[in-house]
Amino acid sequence: MNNLLARYAESIFWMARYMERAENLARILDVHETFSRDDHGFKNWHTIVKLNGDDQRFFERYDIASAENVLRFYVLDAQNPTSIVFAVRAARENARTLRPWISTEMWAQINVLYNKVQALEVKDIALPNLTHLCNEIKEACQTHSGITEGTFYRDEGWYFYRLGKFIERADQTTRLLDIGYFTITGSTPTTRPSQDFIHWHALLRSVAGYHAFRRVYPRGMAPTAIAGFILYNESFPRSVALCAREINGVLTRLKSRYKLRGGSAAMERIDEILAALSSRTIERVIEDGLHEYLDWLQLRLSDVTSELSHSFFGLASSEETQQQGA
Amino acid sequence: MTATEPRPNDLLHRYDQAGFYDELFGGREQSAPHAALIRERLAALAFDDIHRRSEDAARELYNLGITFLVYSEQEAIDRILPFDVIPRVISAREWTHLEAGIVQRVTALNLFLRDIYHERKIIRDGVIPEDLVIGNANYRPQMIGLKVPFDTYIHILGVDLVRDGAGVFRVLEDNGRVPSGVSYVVENRHMMQRVFPDLMQGLGIRPIDNYGQKLLQAVSEIAPSGISEPRVVLLSPGSYNSAYFEHIFLAREMGVPLVEGRDLVVQDDRVYMKTTNGLAVVDSIYRRIGDDFLDPRAFNEDSLLGVPGIMEAYRKGNVALANAVGTGVADDKAVYCYVPRMIKYYLGEEALIPNVETYICREAEGLAYTLDHLAELVVKPVGEAGGYGITLGPLASKDELADCRAKLLADPSNYISQPMVPLSVCPTLTESGVEPRHVDLRPFAVTGRQTWVLPGGLTRVAMRKNTFIVNSSQGGGSKDTWVLEDTSP
Repeated sequence: MNNLLARYAESIFWMARYMERAENLARILDVHETFSRDDHGFKNWHTIVKLNGDDQRFFERYDIASAENVLRFYVLDAQNPTSIVFAVRAARENARTLRPWISTEMWAQINVLYNKVQALEVKDIALPNLTHLCNEIKEACQTHSGITEGTFYRDEGWYFYRLGKFIERADQTTRLLDIGYFTITGSTPTTRPSQDFIHWHALLRSVAGYHAFRRVYPRGMAPTAIAGFILYNESFPRSVALCAREINGVLTRLKSRYKLRGGSAAMERIDEILAALSSRTIERVIEDGLHEYLDWLQLRLSDVTSELSHSFFGLASSEETQQQGA
Repeated sequence: MTATEPRPNDLLHRYDQAGFYDELFGGREQSAPHAALIRERLAALAFDDIHRRSEDAARELYNLGITFLVYSEQEAIDRILPFDVIPRVISAREWTHLEAGIVQRVTALNLFLRDIYHERKIIRDGVIPEDLVIGNANYRPQMIGLKVPFDTYIHILGVDLVRDGAGVFRVLEDNGRVPSGVSYVVENRHMMQRVFPDLMQGLGIRPIDNYGQKLLQAVSEIAPSGISEPRVVLLSPGSYNSAYFEHIFLAREMGVPLVEGRDLVVQDDRVYMKTTNGLAVVDSIYRRIGDDFLDPRAFNEDSLLGVPGIMEAYRKGNVALANAVGTGVADDKAVYCYVPRMIKYYLGEEALIPNVETYICREAEGLAYTLDHLAELVVKPVGEAGGYGITLGPLASKDELADCRAKLLADPSNYISQPMVPLSVCPTLTESGVEPRHVDLRPFAVTGRQTWVLPGGLTRVAMRKNTFIVNSSQGGGSKDTWVLEDTSP
């Protein structure tokens, strides 16, 4: 049996994650109109920074949270690990390592995207150009997914690709929900329901879920229903539940098809997530604190990644320790 | 004949080969009838058309990442090797001769390596001085007495050839350690097929796509005996090596994993690679890491690129390496001068492809000649690589010549000298039209059980006017090299 080089598995996993991350960053910034409003409905770019938990890193580098600075931080700042430029560059570095493994078309497309993103200037993130730019990046990431689906050889590597993609997507969905939900509901109940409607609409659009949501809930726009849809819907491709189920399926197949010995711990972690998702209603979750629940999900997803690293990617370090011990 | 009268917009209309031998037009003595059709097709292209297609090709090379890394102060930058769209053409007759000459050369070099790591007959018989071989920095005592499969040491040889004013191909240098450049040969061909299918149609150009398969075959043949389907890997220094693209290219063509030192581990004198499912044994390694960095236990102990213990696994016969360890002594500049004598000694034949005329300054006659003709000669130190310490007599100042003379007299053994070869030219696209530019040729020979030579090789071209320097680090580019099929009955 021709097993995959551990380092390739790791690079495939992270290439997928970073491409998924770039797409989600573009999605978040594209709906800035909604998410940059503070509790009182004023435009406040600091909100995005705050809700991403990036306060410290942001203010180390910028004085004020102006539109330009915040966009610069999340789009152009190569030092910021949560910027689009950083994600694309990291994806490309992994793809570069993987060039013997991935299709030429996958590499060429990531490389073209990288060259484009590298060439971005401040004028490209000016507010009138922002939607255009975000769309371009989103589409490039989707093109990547399409090329990958159509050209990536379906061996072990494919499963690590899907692991990376769905773990990142689940994580990003929890973040997007977190940002959106609290921006809109805020700390005090809003007095402008019509304004809220626009915001909920934008949140659903940012996850490409508005029409799907409408099919399930033809009437109304209840926050609970929306949060429940984004977290639990079994058919919505960006829901945490669907992503968790995909991750579980991939791990099972890695074991059955490729006889991989590792991975049990990662499966246990994902089982915990699945159990948590099925054991509590959304009403209960919101009552107990949505933010805390989303935090918990993020930590468990991060545990899954650690277990994967340990079982499949971390062979280098464990072997060396063994060697020294022997 | 008015019909062949050049039209004013004829691409080659004002072309002047400036007295040099020309790869498309031939020389004073011989024309190049084999290239007639290609000249005709080229002439029919409009400058704007060929220029646009050339720019398309450059963009595509960049987008495909067919690049090498250049390090600036700040960061590593991907550069494409400038690609010139006008091909260099070699006739079937010329190639038959070159191919035989390369096979002869690699055969002699392998016999030499076997000899110097075993009986040392060539030294005892006084054909080559002992200190040049045993005292050579690239001589590896770890190889003494070690038997390698088929007595092949140099599995991949790149021979740098130049063509002089009379159109005679000569060997300038052998590359028997980790020669690079073959990926550009294949990628240049693919590019030409995409951009200039009309130029190539029906010409009978010998294919080169099977290089990876030939290489895999050779590297598999040398695997430890008894293994029917050896696991082969390509060992690279990593993605920051300037030739990383080539490593990717070859790993893909061979269908083998591209590994780095950190992916391999030696246990009980066997080499393993780290997979998602534990350790998997490795039988044969095409390594693109020099001897020095291969194994910190055996060689440079500071190397982080290599695999500790791999040399012992190799010595035990548990893993094959291509090229073998210790080949650097055969492609050394000082040893180079002796290759024609080597060929005679081992094979009883004259070298089919002569060396560039070389004066060995450790020999009294050579030193005397060199000192008498200093202003006409190129003087090279033997221990240096990459063009360091070279004095170009025809271009040197009086002071530089005096300095060179003093160095020669102080340490003659460290120098060789050669006449300045007027490198052949080939029509090359420039901003202002088609102009002659100097070229060389690096064919590649692959040897496992037997030797196979890739038809053609890498044609490097000095993109700047009036320079002989074809190195990529100094603005050199490359061309597709067409070896024509033999169409004679």
